[in-house]
Amino acid sequence: MQLFRLTAHELHDLLVKKEISAEELNLAVFDRVEAVDDKVKAYVTLTKERALEQARSVDRQIHSGEKISPLAGIPVAVKDNICTDGILTTACSKMLANFVPPYSATVVKRLDGAGATMVGKANLDEFAMGSSTENSAFFVTHNPWDTERVPGGSSGGSAAAVAAGEAICSLGSDTGGSIRLPASFCGVVGLKPTYGAVSRYGLIAFASSLDQIGPFSKDVTDCAMMLKVISGHDPLDSTSAKYSVPDYTGFLRNDVRGLKIGVPQEYIAEGINPAVREVIEKALARLEALGAHVEYTTLPHTEYALSTYYLIAPAEASSNLARYDGVRYGFRAQNTDDVIDMFMKTRSEAFGPEVKRRIMLGTYALSAGYYDAYYLKALRVRTLIKQDFDRAFEKYDLLISPVCPTTAFRIGEKTDDPLEMYLSDVCTISINLAGIPGMSIPCGFAQGMPVGLQLMGRHFDEATLLRAAYTFEQNTDYHKAVPEL
Amino acid sequence: MAQYETVIGLEVHIELKTRSKVFCDSTTEFGGDPNTHVCPVCLGLPGTLPVVNKTVVEYAIRAALAINCSIAEFSKFDRKNYYYPDMPKNYQISQYDLPIALGGYLDIELDGDTRRVGITRLHMEEDTGKLVHQGTITTTPFSLVDYNRAGVPLIEIVSEPDMRSPEEARRYLEKLKAIIQYTGVSDCKMEEGSLRCDANISLRPVSSTELGTKTEIKNLNSFRALQRALSYEIERQTKVLGEGGRIVQETRTWDEGKGITLPLRSKEFAHDYRYFPDPDLVPMIIDREWVEDIRSSLPELPDDRRQRYIGEYGLPEYDATILTDTKELADYFEDCVNAYPNPKVVSNWVMGDLTRLLNSGAVDITECSIGPEQLALLLQLMDKGTISGKIAKAVFEEMFATGKDPEVIVRDKGLVQISDEGAIVAIVDEILAGNPKSVEDFRAGKEKALGFLVGQVMKATKGKANPDLVNRLLKEKLQ
Repeated sequence: MQLFRLTAHELHDLLVKKEISAEELNLAVFDRVEAVDDKVKAYVTLTKERALEQARSVDRQIHSGEKISPLAGIPVAVKDNICTDGILTTACSKMLANFVPPYSATVVKRLDGAGATMVGKANLDEFAMGSSTENSAFFVTHNPWDTERVPGGSSGGSAAAVAAGEAICSLGSDTGGSIRLPASFCGVVGLKPTYGAVSRYGLIAFASSLDQIGPFSKDVTDCAMMLKVISGHDPLDSTSAKYSVPDYTGFLRNDVRGLKIGVPQEYIAEGINPAVREVIEKALARLEALGAHVEYTTLPHTEYALSTYYLIAPAEASSNLARYDGVRYGFRAQNTDDVIDMFMKTRSEAFGPEVKRRIMLGTYALSAGYYDAYYLKALRVRTLIKQDFDRAFEKYDLLISPVCPTTAFRIGEKTDDPLEMYLSDVCTISINLAGIPGMSIPCGFAQGMPVGLQLMGRHFDEATLLRAAYTFEQNTDYHKAVPEL
Repeated sequence: MAQYETVIGLEVHIELKTRSKVFCDSTTEFGGDPNTHVCPVCLGLPGTLPVVNKTVVEYAIRAALAINCSIAEFSKFDRKNYYYPDMPKNYQISQYDLPIALGGYLDIELDGDTRRVGITRLHMEEDTGKLVHQGTITTTPFSLVDYNRAGVPLIEIVSEPDMRSPEEARRYLEKLKAIIQYTGVSDCKMEEGSLRCDANISLRPVSSTELGTKTEIKNLNSFRALQRALSYEIERQTKVLGEGGRIVQETRTWDEGKGITLPLRSKEFAHDYRYFPDPDLVPMIIDREWVEDIRSSLPELPDDRRQRYIGEYGLPEYDATILTDTKELADYFEDCVNAYPNPKVVSNWVMGDLTRLLNSGAVDITECSIGPEQLALLLQLMDKGTISGKIAKAVFEEMFATGKDPEVIVRDKGLVQISDEGAIVAIVDEILAGNPKSVEDFRAGKEKALGFLVGQVMKATKGKANPDLVNRLLKEKLQ
C-alpha cells in the first residue's frame, strides 16, 4: 500500500484502526519526497524532525486511547509565505531568504492544534506574485503531470506537493487565483474561501483586501476537513469575520438535484483552448444529468476585471512591501553610502523583476494626480464586479466556469510576456475582487494535462460549493488519476 | 513699509495614555530599555496585522468632544506612505479624508478678551520609533533605532488659521493642553514628547482676506520655543516681504540654541504620501449611544470650572483663570478648599507662596511635598492663633522642604505663638527701657518709631509673640 497516495480521511481511518502509525505515514511521505522532489521541486524547506515529533505525539494519543481529530498525524505542506515559528519563511524572495519568524500564522497554529504534521515549506512565486511559480527566487517547481510544464502559481509548490504525493494536503494562498490555478494545472482540489473566512494573521501580505489562505487536497472530503480546521474568527485579524464555522463535511451529499447553476458566458469566450472547452462542457452536461439546472448567464463587467485587479493588487502590494528595507530583518545591501542608498540598493538587489514591476505599477496608481484616475476608479469598478455576482446569485445557487482557458503551459513559455502571463488569471481574479469563495476540482484532461472546473458561490456559502463538488466527484474518477513520476 | 497681519495655525500631536499601543498589546510606558516595549505587530514583521485598540477610539472621541468637535458616524484608517527607518512598515497608519472628528473650537482668554479658535479636525494615528545617533546627526557613523514608541497612539488636532500673534498661539496651545489633560486621555508632557506642536505661519497685508504663502515650523519643544520661533518667523517673513521678496513654501526647523528657524525641505521635495484606505483595518461605524455615553462622562472642563470658581467661590477672574489652568492645580486648590472653606485665602497661598516654591524648585504640583490637607492644617493653625502669619510662612517653607505636618514643625521648633500677656509685658518693658530714643521719638509724634519697637519685641521673642498683642501693649505703655 502506497500511503502517500491515500487521502486524509482514508488515512485517518487507518490510524484510528491502528493499521498504521502516524510516524510510519510521515516517514512514507518523506521517503516519497526524497524519491521525487528532485524532479518536482515542490519544497524550499523540509521540516522532518518537527513532523516526526508531531507524528509520535499523535501516536501516543492513539496508543492511550484518546480520540484524535481528523487531521491528526496527516502530513501537510505549507506555502512558504505563511509564517512558521522558528522555521525559515522566505516568501521565496532573496529579501527574506534568512527570515525566521518568531511566531506562527493563525492557520499554522490551528493545524498544529488539530495534530496535523508539517512536511515543509512549499515553493511559490516571489511574494505570491505570479501564475507559474517561475518567479521563485530559488527555483522553478515542475508540474508532476509533465515536468516540462509549470504547476501554475503562485502556490505551485503546495499544489505540486499534493499531486505528487509529497504531502496529503497543503495550504496555499490566493490573491487572484493562486490556489485555483495550480490546483487546476496539477489536477487536485483547491479552495479559496470567502474573504474573511480564514485568518490572514501570519500570511506575508501581497494584497491585503484580496489575499486568502485555503487548502489543497486530493478530494473534496479532505478539502472540507481542512477548511473546518483553518476557518473561523481570529482576534488578530480585523478582517476575519465573526461567524460560526459549520462542520463542512456534513454538507457532502451526493445530490445536486434542483441546484441552479449559472455559467458566465464571458468565461468561456474566445481564446479558450477548444479541448479545455470540451472538457468543461462535458462536466456541465454531467451535472445536468445529475439533476442540476445549468444555463448560461452573464457577468457583464468581466472584461474590466483584469485591469481592475492590476491596479488594486499592486497598489496594496507597493505599500505592503515597503517594510522590506534592510533595517530590521532580511536582506541588507552592503557598501551603501547612507540610509536612502541602503534602502535603494537593498530593494534593487533583493526583489525580483515581477515584484519590482508590481511595486512600480502600484506606486504609480496611488501617486498624487493619478489616484482618482486609477486607484479610485478601480475601486468603483470593483463594486460593479461585485454587483454582477450579487445579481447572478439572486438567480443561481452557484456559478461554474473553467479555472483557466488553457492547461499548464511550458516552463519559460510566458516568462518574457507579463501580459500573457496575467491572462492566465482572467477567470479567477473576479472572485477575489468580489470576495466570494471559489474552488477548483479536477474535471478531466486536455492533451493529457488536467483541467480544473471552477465553482463560485455566495459569500460564506462554501457548503453549496462543497456539495456540488462532492457530487461531481462521486460520479467521476478524475480525482483518482495520479501522475507517473 | 507695508503693515502685515500674522496668520497662524497649529498642528498638535498628543500621545494618548492608553495602557497598550494603538494596534497591538505592547505597553505604551515611556522610557524602558530600547526595543523592549515591542512585539511582532508594532515592529511590522511580515505577516502581522493591526487590530485597533477600542480605548484609543474612545479617548479620541473624549478629546474631540472636549474641544466641541462633531464625531464622525463613519470613519476609517488610511496608510500614509513614506520611507524612514523609524517607521517599521514604511507607512504610518493614520486617518486621511474621514477622520474621527471634525469642526470644533476652543476659547482663549488674552488680555481680558476672549477669542474663539476653530478646530478643523482631530484624527488618530500611530507614533513612530526614534532614531538614536552616535554623536551628531551629521557626524554619526551609524544610527540606532528604538521602536518602543512605534505604535503608541496619537491624536492630531489641526486648528484653523485663526491665530494672529505668537501670544495667541501660545495661549491656544496652553488651553488645548489644559483641556486635554482635564479629559484624562493624555499627560500632555511636552518635555517627554507626549504633546508636540508644528506651526504654520504666513503674513498678509492688513485688510487682505487671502492667505499668504506659509511656512511650517517643526521642532517646537516648549511653549517658549513656540512663541520665540513664531516671533522670529514674523520678523524674517516681514523682512523678506519688505525687501520685495517672496516667501518660499517650505518646512523649517527651530534652532533653539541659535534662536532662528532654518529651512528643512521645500515644497518640491515634499513627500507624496500616497494615502489609501488601510485594507487591514475595517471602517468604523461609530455608535451614537457610545458617543453620548462618553460625552456624559466628560469631567468638568477648564472654562466651566473657572466660571464656578468665580460664581461659587467668589474668586476674581484672574485667580480663577490661573487656578484652572491645569487640572492638577485646580484639583489641589479644591481639595484644600474642601478642608479649609475660605477660597480666597487658599487662592492667595496657592498662587503666592506655593507657586513661588514650586517654580523655584522646578517641582510639579503633583509632586509637591505639601498636600492640600496639610496646607489647610497650616491655615487652621493661624486661625486658632497657634502661630502668626509670619511664622506660618516659615513653617510653610519647612513643610515644603521636609514634607512634615505643620503641627509637628511648630512643636519641634517651639514656634507656638506667645499670647500670654504677662510674658509679653515683661519683654515690652525691657525693650522700652533699652530704647529711650525711640520712646522719645514716638512721643514727639514719629509714628514710625512704634514699628521699630514692635520689631525689637518680635526679635526678642524670635517672632513668636502675638503681633496684635505686642502692638496693643506697646501703645498702652507709651501713652
